[in-house]
Amino acid sequence: MSQATANQKSLWQRLWKQIDIQIMVWPGVILIFIFAYIPMYGVLTGFMDYNIFTGARIFENKWVGLKHFQDFFNAPQFGTIMRNTIMISLLKLIIGFPAPIILALMLNEVRHRIFKRVVQSITYLPYFMSWVIIGSIVMSLLSTENGSVNMLLKGIGAIDESINFLSMKEYFWGILVSANVWKDIGFNSIIFMAAIAGVNPSLYEAAEIDGASRFKQMYLITIPTIMPIIIIFMILAMGSLLNAGFEDILILAQNPSLRPVSDVIDTYVYRAGLQNQRYAYGVAVGLFRAVISVMLLTMANYLARKTGNSLW
Amino acid sequence: MVVAIYVFLILLSFSALYPFWNTLVVSLNQGLDTAKGGVAFWPRAFTWSNYATVFNDDKLLNAFMITILRTVIGTVSAIFMTTMLAYGMSKSYLIGRKFFTIFFIVTMYFGGGLIPTFLLIKSLGLMNNFLVFIIPGLISVWNMIIFRTFFKSLPVGLEESAQIDGCSNWGVFLKIVLPLSGPVIATLGLFTAIAHWNDWFAPTIYITNQDLMPVQTVLRRLLNANLFNEASASSGTVNSQTLEAMSQKSLTAKSLISATVMVVSLPIIAVYPFVQKYFVKGVMVGSLKE
Repeated sequence: MSQATANQKSLWQRLWKQIDIQIMVWPGVILIFIFAYIPMYGVLTGFMDYNIFTGARIFENKWVGLKHFQDFFNAPQFGTIMRNTIMISLLKLIIGFPAPIILALMLNEVRHRIFKRVVQSITYLPYFMSWVIIGSIVMSLLSTENGSVNMLLKGIGAIDESINFLSMKEYFWGILVSANVWKDIGFNSIIFMAAIAGVNPSLYEAAEIDGASRFKQMYLITIPTIMPIIIIFMILAMGSLLNAGFEDILILAQNPSLRPVSDVIDTYVYRAGLQNQRYAYGVAVGLFRAVISVMLLTMANYLARKTGNSLW
Repeated sequence: MVVAIYVFLILLSFSALYPFWNTLVVSLNQGLDTAKGGVAFWPRAFTWSNYATVFNDDKLLNAFMITILRTVIGTVSAIFMTTMLAYGMSKSYLIGRKFFTIFFIVTMYFGGGLIPTFLLIKSLGLMNNFLVFIIPGLISVWNMIIFRTFFKSLPVGLEESAQIDGCSNWGVFLKIVLPLSGPVIATLGLFTAIAHWNDWFAPTIYITNQDLMPVQTVLRRLLNANLFNEASASSGTVNSQTLEAMSQKSLTAKSLISATVMVVSLPIIAVYPFVQKYFVKGVMVGSLKE
């Protein structure tokens, strides 16, 4: 008893002694509690019938179990949304993931220092522009009035009439994925450039003496050496596999006629949950995505562990 | 093989640069003339009038002011709050440090998502409030961890000698640690500033008051209005003078959008050559952390 009081007293005394440091930490703790932990607790509304009047006092809402999840599975758009989400994320992964690696390998072959630096600087630039800017530029390039793409296609005689690319379903995925690759390729190559720079140069020297061509050197030395980094980034990419995109789709798919090819889980949550104010339903749909993402990440990590490279 | 690589890289660089160049050219060309087509590399009917319209539109100017204010206040306050937290967290004797670390790390993997966050902001009364741009972003856990790692790497002797000279922890933080962290602060500050400058989505959902709209959100509305060929009057994004100018066809929506795009991206393009090395450093710092 007296021991406990003594300990407690000394804890307060110790806290008081470092009060200045504690004061530095607490504002951050409180802010994170409010802006990160309270929304996590708000996830419970996905299992409730959210009522706008009792909303703030969360436990006054009625529990409905998995009703909203069932509603989502039975929604007429469910099939389209899942197909779009999976296809768009897969396309982004298959095309967007290797692209910066290929760029880094190509840049590595360039002996001209200044040329290399100029290419890098230019290709980083789009990464720092917002999707609003990128969207404006894409729309301008593809527009029927003075759009450069239509001008080019007409110039080489491929088409006679301008094509209104951004209102046609068959082009949307292509445009979306190209815009993403275009925006991110340069910047994402930085990490692989750094990994390549870390390769032991004596390996190349040895290979050259053995008569390996530049291509063989890339294939037998560079790629295997940077493989661990590639795999770690692959795992991270798998975790966000259902993250088909949000800003890019919201910006590029303004035309409602594109909805059959552009609607993904995230845009659906935004539209159903926020714009139509079906809050609880939106939370449930978002939660569904989060659960599947965690499963994918775990699976990817399991596979990666088999190759000896894993995050945890 | 090597030649093919050079050709490919030149084409790639061209494709990264040309869209910006073309936007600049369109923004410097008369709107009606642009609509006839064929303007690609050089303005055909040169004019400043698109820019004049942008800079005479009170609503657009106000939106620029909001963006600038938000970027400056948001970045300075977020960096100060985050470094302060990181300094506290870098002290091994901090009581509760283990708990706090887990408390922060958890939020990097789990979150409430869009709608719970929206409902929170609403119940905090931050809707249509300038503070919604600043307060939710004050602490970045990711940045905090990078700062903390950096602070730990600073020589202990510096702090000890300052403390012997009678400096408190606050004094050490403000007078010694912060000035020594210049490069890291510059790097993460830049990323924070760019995120503020580019954010258009938060205002879309949290702000309905025209006077508080940042310029990216206004630009997005212009795009929307243009796409559906509505007069942008219905969305109220530009003022009536601009509409009058547009109805006189001295400029089109496209030329107005191009000029706005240039004005919005110019600050980033202008600082870009000077800060590029920091960007690269930032990526490396971020990836080394794990």
